[in-house]
Amino acid sequence: MRVGLFVTCIANLMRPAVGFAALRLLQAAGCEVVVPPGQTCCGQPAYNSGDFETGRKIACKWAQDFAGCDYVVVPSGSCAGMIRVHYPRLFAESDMQGEAVRQLAARTWELTAFLVEVAGLSQPPGWYQGKITYHDSCSGLRELMVKTAPRTLLARMPGLVLEEMDGCETCCGFGGTFAVKFGEISSHLADNKCAAIHATGAQAVVAGDLGCLLHIEGRLRRLGDTTTQVLHVAEVLAGRQGEVAWK
Amino acid sequence: MEVKAVEFVRKAHEALHNPRLQEALRRTEAKFVQGRREALRHLEDPDAVRRHATAIRDTVLRQLDAWLIHFERQAQARGATVHWAEDGREVARILTDIARRHGVRKAVKSKSMVSEEVGLNAALEAAGVQVVETDLGEYILQLAEEPPSHIVAPVLHKTRDEIADLFARHHGRPRKTDTAALTREAREFLRPHFLSADMGISGANFLVAETGSVLIVTNEGNGRLATTLPRVHVAITGIEKVVPTLEDAATLLRLLPRSATGQDITNYVSLLTGTKQAGDADGPEHFHIILLDNGRSRLLGSELEPILRCIRCGACMNHCPVYQSVGGHAYGWVYPGPMGSILTPLLAGLERATPLPNASTLCGRCAEVCPVNIPLADLLRELRHVQQVRGLRPRLETLSLRLWRALVLRPRLYHAVMGMAAWLLTRLAGARGRLCRLPGAAGWFAHRDLPAPAGETFLAAWARRRGKP
Repeated sequence: MRVGLFVTCIANLMRPAVGFAALRLLQAAGCEVVVPPGQTCCGQPAYNSGDFETGRKIACKWAQDFAGCDYVVVPSGSCAGMIRVHYPRLFAESDMQGEAVRQLAARTWELTAFLVEVAGLSQPPGWYQGKITYHDSCSGLRELMVKTAPRTLLARMPGLVLEEMDGCETCCGFGGTFAVKFGEISSHLADNKCAAIHATGAQAVVAGDLGCLLHIEGRLRRLGDTTTQVLHVAEVLAGRQGEVAWK
Repeated sequence: MEVKAVEFVRKAHEALHNPRLQEALRRTEAKFVQGRREALRHLEDPDAVRRHATAIRDTVLRQLDAWLIHFERQAQARGATVHWAEDGREVARILTDIARRHGVRKAVKSKSMVSEEVGLNAALEAAGVQVVETDLGEYILQLAEEPPSHIVAPVLHKTRDEIADLFARHHGRPRKTDTAALTREAREFLRPHFLSADMGISGANFLVAETGSVLIVTNEGNGRLATTLPRVHVAITGIEKVVPTLEDAATLLRLLPRSATGQDITNYVSLLTGTKQAGDADGPEHFHIILLDNGRSRLLGSELEPILRCIRCGACMNHCPVYQSVGGHAYGWVYPGPMGSILTPLLAGLERATPLPNASTLCGRCAEVCPVNIPLADLLRELRHVQQVRGLRPRLETLSLRLWRALVLRPRLYHAVMGMAAWLLTRLAGARGRLCRLPGAAGWFAHRDLPAPAGETFLAAWARRRGKP
């Protein structure tokens, strides 16, 4: 099973460990992983800003990058949702290019959903001792119905306790460019999220989307919390050894 | 009602710093969100009902002209007069004509969003007609001279203490703070108005084509008084409110109160059919129905048509994290929240509401709860597209998007820039492991730190590990 790993631009730039963790998890599930070197961004910033033409161009580039893969796996619900749900919408006419994008988009998965539903990973290789809480990022949750997969995998980790927070399905306020255009509302929503995280007494907040995580971590630190860990679910499941592996 | 949607950011700022409003919003959220969840549980298969309701609305929208004509014929056959209004000015003209013809000096109103949409009270008062709002919430707002902040709970932003002060000032009676006592006092002041009014004005939740009826859903008895006591009744509503049959209306009624206030049924469902006939105990002698277009027909057949399915339940705003944070006034017009962020630009003009389509994280919770499955996030994105095409976005935003696009489509350049950015950000963060400011990125750093990156991009590290350049 040839699986293309789409790392996402935020993970590529800000937290390579997420990419390595995803790689390790896919390998643990017995996949042959390819990482197309020319991959860039899925095009969400343009698409969500209403620039559909750029969205189409980027979708075509993406489909070329990952041509020949049985599946494409993305450690992000929003990028996977962009590809799987929104790419096909960008091509109303059934031309060749659109067809190629549509077919590959239908075989694109968010990482944890892929591990559970397609690859059947029985035991995550990671190790984590302590209490965490899980934030359901909006796009993964509502566009791809990613809800049980990360919890199923986390539950298979012996030392890990999941304590659900109030409003785990409520938006953290990131919303891509929304965080910059409407900073005050965005941080107000983040504050609600931080309070919910703190109320669980968890030592770490975990999610499947790095965008939300950078936003939540940024707000936690600005509010003076230097201890709560903010982790991508792949990092937890792979045991953060991914991070060490490439150093 | 004046359109102030361009002031969204400033008004949102004020709302976020208004502790009383924040408290009120928290309370309402708890009540409406939990209420809806509970009430929907009482339906055997809520999603099937929602699909059915969606199909009903779409059936109508596909042939809106035919259904409206059918409605008009049925209404006329029962003695009602149907008027068609292109815009708010026509509504005002038609209504003042009716008032003049019937020598109306006072009108009692039961809630109608359309009358807010077209600023009807001002027009009527200019024509010498006294207008009295009779929904408790709208009455309070009329005394306070404020616009509504929610389509179902218009006075949501006010505390009981504020209302007590307002009543004491306007009614000249001892100040009371007990809700029941306040309601009784309002009732005592409103009752004489019902009896002395020449005209009753209402909206319509649905127009039933089969019977030519105007259907009104209320929780207060005022709706019945306003529509039956005065000798003239005028119902004003948007053209999209028509449904084919009573059966269809019943299906929608299973969802409307549940989605709106978490009630299985409302206190009153009134079906107003025609004028008072010989032998009838009550009802108006003259029944006029004004159907307003105001840009709605333009949406038919467009990508944005699904917004016309809206049955004005308010579930999208009750569940929207942005609405929950800033309340309705920040949106600057009669329709707030996600549905308002679509309706305001479409009805009042995109130029007059530029921030609204963007004032959403696109989290999708609104669409998740919409009883008629309006894909609200997709429609917001579609409006952003229209803004792009019409060049209504700020230059800086357009420029940065263009720059970013140039990079994304050129992988070598993109990866070189990302590599430099990773290196630079790591250096700037230093031992602290995070950045607290960065020139040119105030939008982020005004509110948040940025965790430092690892110094090298994933793709560079991967290539290095695999022994490639």
